[in-house]
Amino acid sequence: MTARERIAGSVANYVDERTGAAAWMKKNLNKVFPDHWSFLLGEIALYSFVILLLSGTFLTFWFDPSQREVIYDGGYQPLSGLKMSAAYASTLHISFEVRGGLLMRQIHHWAALIFMAAIVVHLMRVYFTGAFRKPREFNWIIGVGLLTLGIVEGFLGYSLPDDLLSGTGIRIAEAIIQALPLVGSYLAFFAFGGAFPGEAFIPRIYTVHVLLLPGAFLALITVHLMLVWYQKHTQYPGPGRTEKNVVGYPLLPVYMAKAGGFFFIVFGVTAFLGAVASINPIWLYGPYTPGQISAGSQPDWYMGWLDGLVRMSPPLETHAFGHTISWNILIPGLIVPGILFTGMALYPFIESWMTGDKREHHLLDRPRNAPNRTALGVMSLTFMLVALINGGNDIIATTFHLTINQIMWFSRIAIFVLPPLSFMITKRLCLSLQRADRDLVLHGRETGRLVMMPHGEFVEVHEPISPEKAWLLTQHEQNPALALDENDSRGVRRPGTLKNKLRARLSRAHAVAVPKVTAEDLKEIEHH
Amino acid sequence: MKRLSRFRRHRAVAPLLLVLALLSIGTTFSVAGAATSTPITAAEKSALIDEGKQLFLKGCSSCHGLNAEGGGIAPSLIGVGAASVDFQVATGRMPMADMSTQAMRKKPVYNEKQVEALAAYVASLAPGPEVPGESQLNYERDGSAAQGGELFRTNCAMCHNFAGQGGALTQGKYAPTLMGVEARHIYEAMITGPQSMPVFSDKTITPAEKLSIIKWIKAAEAEPQLGGAALGRVGPVTEGLLVWTLGLGLLVGVAVWLAMKAR
Repeated sequence: MTARERIAGSVANYVDERTGAAAWMKKNLNKVFPDHWSFLLGEIALYSFVILLLSGTFLTFWFDPSQREVIYDGGYQPLSGLKMSAAYASTLHISFEVRGGLLMRQIHHWAALIFMAAIVVHLMRVYFTGAFRKPREFNWIIGVGLLTLGIVEGFLGYSLPDDLLSGTGIRIAEAIIQALPLVGSYLAFFAFGGAFPGEAFIPRIYTVHVLLLPGAFLALITVHLMLVWYQKHTQYPGPGRTEKNVVGYPLLPVYMAKAGGFFFIVFGVTAFLGAVASINPIWLYGPYTPGQISAGSQPDWYMGWLDGLVRMSPPLETHAFGHTISWNILIPGLIVPGILFTGMALYPFIESWMTGDKREHHLLDRPRNAPNRTALGVMSLTFMLVALINGGNDIIATTFHLTINQIMWFSRIAIFVLPPLSFMITKRLCLSLQRADRDLVLHGRETGRLVMMPHGEFVEVHEPISPEKAWLLTQHEQNPALALDENDSRGVRRPGTLKNKLRARLSRAHAVAVPKVTAEDLKEIEHH
Repeated sequence: MKRLSRFRRHRAVAPLLLVLALLSIGTTFSVAGAATSTPITAAEKSALIDEGKQLFLKGCSSCHGLNAEGGGIAPSLIGVGAASVDFQVATGRMPMADMSTQAMRKKPVYNEKQVEALAAYVASLAPGPEVPGESQLNYERDGSAAQGGELFRTNCAMCHNFAGQGGALTQGKYAPTLMGVEARHIYEAMITGPQSMPVFSDKTITPAEKLSIIKWIKAAEAEPQLGGAALGRVGPVTEGLLVWTLGLGLLVGVAVWLAMKAR
């Protein structure tokens, strides 16, 4: 034992005697993480969150969250002498006078966009591989909660500088609050401390943005990660991988090195974007005044779909008993997002109800082997994409020389037509891929080598695939649809028949599959 | 002469002579300068109008009518003024390349002299807004960028975007970008209200305020890309596009690389 090892040992012993950490560390540092790029998507979100905390703290040192009116006398000449809020003036100060301020602002904003994008791709990975199934339903719900909070947090963040664009966003948020029947006006007055814009809103959302929501994020992210830790990581199917093990690298040293390095790469990419690409140039927007608006006012991308839904909704309003109900805002701004996010949060339970599958799952599905789920996911994404495209309709119109009306009508029709269409196409594609897998297992790989037989016939040589590959293509379960008889054994109708009919119908749709190759099939083919 | 020469050595002579010399030089210059900017003679003007009429009959009358009275597909030009002609023709919008929703800026068909002739002809039909002269367009001297920005955001940004990049209107019409547009043409657009644009009369926005707006537009045009690549200055749409392509592209690429098995 060298002197250095002796010192390290005595330090470790000193800590262990006082904390009892050794046993816990030994257990957990050997924790195994499976190796796949898609398991790093959530980490991008986690690391962006750390970047957001650090850069955000920097910004709070100079940001003045006040709507008190000041006269600008800073370095940016085109705004000099104008009346503006202290919030806007201090953001200009951060951008132009604070050393590294503009870079930090841009890093903070880019990190927010990356954070949300990473959450979405992480969610897509979890959804399409069926990682949300038992026992991970709670973690799925926490994830949906993080996504929702992220949208709110991002919106509040870019509303803080009180520039023309952010004021426009707040105005729209106020309109959505007001669209709530009966309580809307009161809620809006409550949130703004009076009529719009008032002087209360920015100080209030500042507290929510820097204290309440980051706290909620920290708590939820901690639980999210602890659950991953406790439940162990899921893994992709493969030889030697079962529902009872995890195949991968131990946390220390390999995974720790990779994850640690990845943090710095995420930081690097964010800083790179912050350094080379302008984001939210608030000095160009000018200070917010309710009388002004810019063409092409858009929210950040994660709100863009919401804006797109509002932009495509027809002008529907009901006037009754002295009240106006603005369906044109209520439906796209509150009802549709409410249904979407509730449906998303409950999906693990809905799927388990449809399939009757109450078992634990630690091996992931290949998306093609769950055609119904994959198709439903693509359908939801199509819906969101159509809405998002319509959110940028004016920019698209000027860029591609289209008319805004054409894009709006395309979206109005496409939002109903394209999602079901993409559902059908995706389901067909999944089944075709299953069929291709079956062919591959039965007949092997097409080598492209043509051989002339003695009697002149040309045949292509097929090469059998490796046993590993064959395992991968045949390991998945294919469960039959639920059999829910309408009548019991004595021919009496069961209670809840209608519900069961629906359940059986959904279960049948979920169980559609191309039969996978069995051992008997292979034996049979060997006889040929 | 003798009487005058007595005062040769008077102490007031030098200053007096100096004043005299300055006055004579000033007068000479002002007379000479005025001579260059005296209005063209009536004969020259009528020749210009005649030339303009010939150009008009050849290039414009098929749509706007032989007497500029307008027709089924083009408006009357009587009373639109020289400023309107200068804006539409010198920016290449007229003659139109196709009869689509809106005349777009392109390479002008007529040269400066021809545009002047056309403008003189149309202005001769009925009085209308005149082409602003150089002295009226000294925005660097007479404008204030900060005030111009305020006016721009109140009156122009709703169509032309916060940074003058242009924006979409209904039914395929659009507000064009203001980047690279000559001060004269911006001024003319404000006083004539081409296409979907409203007229901003001198009562709504005074000439000095118009110059402030132009000064702000020019400042925005000349502004260096302060935060890095400007991404078209059209707001969060291009930012979102960049984050999903370059940002996520890089990060997912690195994730794939990290998870690759060592070979």
